[in-house]
Parts: sequence; C-alpha cells; structure tokens
Amino acid sequence: MRKFLEKLERLDRRVIFIFIGFSIALPLLFPVYTDFSVTAPVEGFYNAIEELPPGSKVLVSCDYDPGSMPELFPMNIAVFHHLLSRGHKVIMMQLWATGTLLAERAMTEVLEDFPEKIYGEDWVNLGFKEGREVVMVSMGTNIPKTFPTDSRGTKVEEIPIMQGVTNFDDVALLMNVSGGLPGTKEWVLQVQSRYGVKLGSGCTAVSAPEFYPYIQSGQLVGLLGGMKGAAEYEKLLGRPGTAQRGMDAQSVSHIVVFLFIFIGNVAYFAVKGKKKRLQVSR
Amino acid sequence: MWETIGIWFGAFLTLCIFSFLYKDNPFYKLAEHLFVGISAGYWATLEYHNVFRPNLWDPLTREGRLLLIVPFIFGLLLFSRFTKKYSWLSRWPMALIIGIYAGITIVGYGSGDLILQIHANLLPLWTDNWLTSLNNILLTVGVITGLIYFFFSKEHKGALGAGAKVGIWFLMISFGASFGYTVMSRMSLLIGRVYFLLGTWLHLLE
Repeated sequence: MRKFLEKLERLDRRVIFIFIGFSIALPLLFPVYTDFSVTAPVEGFYNAIEELPPGSKVLVSCDYDPGSMPELFPMNIAVFHHLLSRGHKVIMMQLWATGTLLAERAMTEVLEDFPEKIYGEDWVNLGFKEGREVVMVSMGTNIPKTFPTDSRGTKVEEIPIMQGVTNFDDVALLMNVSGGLPGTKEWVLQVQSRYGVKLGSGCTAVSAPEFYPYIQSGQLVGLLGGMKGAAEYEKLLGRPGTAQRGMDAQSVSHIVVFLFIFIGNVAYFAVKGKKKRLQVSR
Repeated sequence: MWETIGIWFGAFLTLCIFSFLYKDNPFYKLAEHLFVGISAGYWATLEYHNVFRPNLWDPLTREGRLLLIVPFIFGLLLFSRFTKKYSWLSRWPMALIIGIYAGITIVGYGSGDLILQIHANLLPLWTDNWLTSLNNILLTVGVITGLIYFFFSKEHKGALGAGAKVGIWFLMISFGASFGYTVMSRMSLLIGRVYFLLGTWLHLLE
C-alpha cells in the first residue's frame, strides 16, 4: 500500500494531461447538456439591456485578442445579438488592435440573423484607437474628435447613428468585452467613476474575482465572468452557443482536477504519516 | 481553399504546441518561434498603420501640422535607449509619458478604487434580512481584518495579532476562489482549442 501511495505521489504529470484531455474531449463529443443556474451578476448584465428603451445607442468596446477568444467571442456574439434583437443601436470600438477583426467577425456572424440591419444606421464600427485610458478620457470630452472617422474611413459626422453623440452622456449604456489591460478596470475607473455612465462588462474568468467588488459597489451593472458567464448569458437569451456547449467539458474537467488534488493530498499525508511513524520507531 | 489550408495549418501548429506536454521538441520550437515572429511583425504593422501614419506622419507631411515635429523628436529620442553614450536622452520622453499618463489616470483611480470602494463598504450590520446582515458583517470584518494584516507599523500581537490571523483566513479564502477561477479560465482556453480540433478541423462535433 505504501509503495502504491508513493507511486501516486510521484505520478508523471503526463498521465494527468491525458486524463484532462479526455475530460475535455469526451463531453464535447458526447454532450449531456447539464443544467446550470444563472447568477446575479449575469442577470444584472442582461437586465441592463432589457431595461433600455428601444432604439437606445449602446457603446460596445471589444478589447480582446484571439488568446481569449474561447471565453470572450461567445460573449461578444451574444451581446451583439441581444442588442440588435431589442432594436438598439450598436456603436462598437476597440482599444486592442487585435479586437478589430474579432469584433467585425462577431458582428458578421450576428448579422446573418438580422439581414435588415444597415451599417451606419443600426450599427457602426469606430475602429481601433491606441492610447488606452487617454482615449477613454478623451471620449468623455468628445467622441467624434477622438474617432474622427470610422473603421472604413467615413467621417463620423456623416454617419447617421453618430448624429447627436458627443460624449458618454449621449449613450444609454456602455458594454465592454475585456481580455485584460486596457479593459474592465480602466473603463470603471476612468469612465464610470468620472462620468457616471452605466457600465456592464464581460471578462475572462481569471480577471473576474478582481471585478466583483465593482458589482457590489454598483460601479458595474453586471458582469459576465469567463465561459460560464457567457453560457449563463446564452441561457437567458435562449440562444445556445459554444459557451453552453463547453459547460459539460468544464464541469467534467473540474471534477477530474478536484479528484487529482484529493488523491494527491491523501497520498502526501499518508506517506508523510508513515515516514514519521518509521522515524519514531527507529 | 485558403480557409481549408488555414484550418489545417492551425491544427498542425496547435498539435505542435501540445507536443510540449510530452517533452520539448523541434516541432514545439518551430510553432513557438513562428508565433513570436508573426506577432512581432503583426504588431509592428498594426502600429504603423493605426498609430504612426494617421496620428503623426500624415498630419505632419500632408496637412502641414509642423508642431508635430516636437512629439516626433521625443519619440525618436526614446530609441537613444539603445546607445550607451546617449541613453540619458530617453529619460525626457519617458518622463513626459509617465507624467501625463499619471496625471490623467490618478483622478480615476482615486475616485473609482478608493473613494467609491470605501463608500460601498459602509454597510448596515443589522438589516431585516438575516442573510444580508450576515453578508454585510462578513464583508466588514473581512475588509478590516485584511487591512490589519497589512499594517506592519506595529507588531502583530494581542488584539492586532488576532485580527491579522482572521485577516489571513479571509485572504487565503479569496486567493483560493481566485485560483479556482484561474483554473476555469485555463480549462476554457483548452476547451476552445479542442473544439477547434474536433469541430472545425475534423468535423466530429454537431
């Protein structure tokens, strides 16, 4: 028994990798679609859009890169779908250079369900602007000066959706899909706390714990944390996507990780205990 | 056709990266070096077309805004960092960048992370709902004891020491929750890659 426990304690990590690999692949190949509940921060995010009067202008900042696509791309698609399905106008922008193509790709996918939506009237892409917090603060003063043209080179004053949009007072809601810096924290500190605009955010799961205090303080109206947050949002929308699809794999892989941690601790303490008893008996 | 080639190449590179899980090998090195090189080139091109050209070069050369020569020179001075003799010149533009950035952002940090967070923690400890009361008590005790732990001007003995010990528990529980979220995040990224391999590449998923 002792030898077995010692072997277990020194288990090759490649065995663990194989188990993790199967725990992800098998649920994707044979989905069970386990149910899950929707948490309050996600409900807050959803309700913030539901409570808007139809035709409201919503600024969506897509600040992420392909490295965080599994978590944030489903969120991005769901946000665009939610806004367009409720008749709101989407003004999208990016503070990450890599976010431009991803945001366009998300919108292209969503527009397959809304072929009647017209660029410039129902949605616009202001494009990427370098400058991080400086851009955010500059937008608080004057958005057209910060983004004189959209991503296609059209002057902002010639775009119908941008008529009457000078600063954050003229947008009903600000949504941010954030993969890091600049992202949720910077939007909260530089925009929400300065200009009082309503702000909702989707972020990677690794960042989410940092932003829960902003939910508690009311600085964020809602928060989608990682793939789970995206799955909950898809559930509220009644539109299953890749995030919901990944929940089975998420659950099984977490159980596998938990089991390995448990087995590892049992083996460690059992071997440690036996070693102590052996030392005492000598 | 190009999309298919792209998917197959993406799958090949994904498997090259995953091969590191067995052990380091030339395939992994190839994928890693490709990634670093392409990322650097991509970023340089993006910055040139999205930052340098529209913000500096075109206004300076086509619109005649000669004042932009000043930030242009400051930007060039940053590269003096690569020389031993003139590296001190880079301190001027660095000081400007840091000073302006700090000035713009400090207001937001002070308001959002300090004042509003302190305000949000001034909670009633007794309410009509016992769960809300418990939540508020836990929050207040956690904040105070966590702050006590980081107070090093006095030795952690007696009441202060007890408070610090409680604070450590709150901190450890929050680190554990944070680690759990980190694990979830990394699993999500793996799910994304496996989804690509099994779905987009091999068409094994619905």
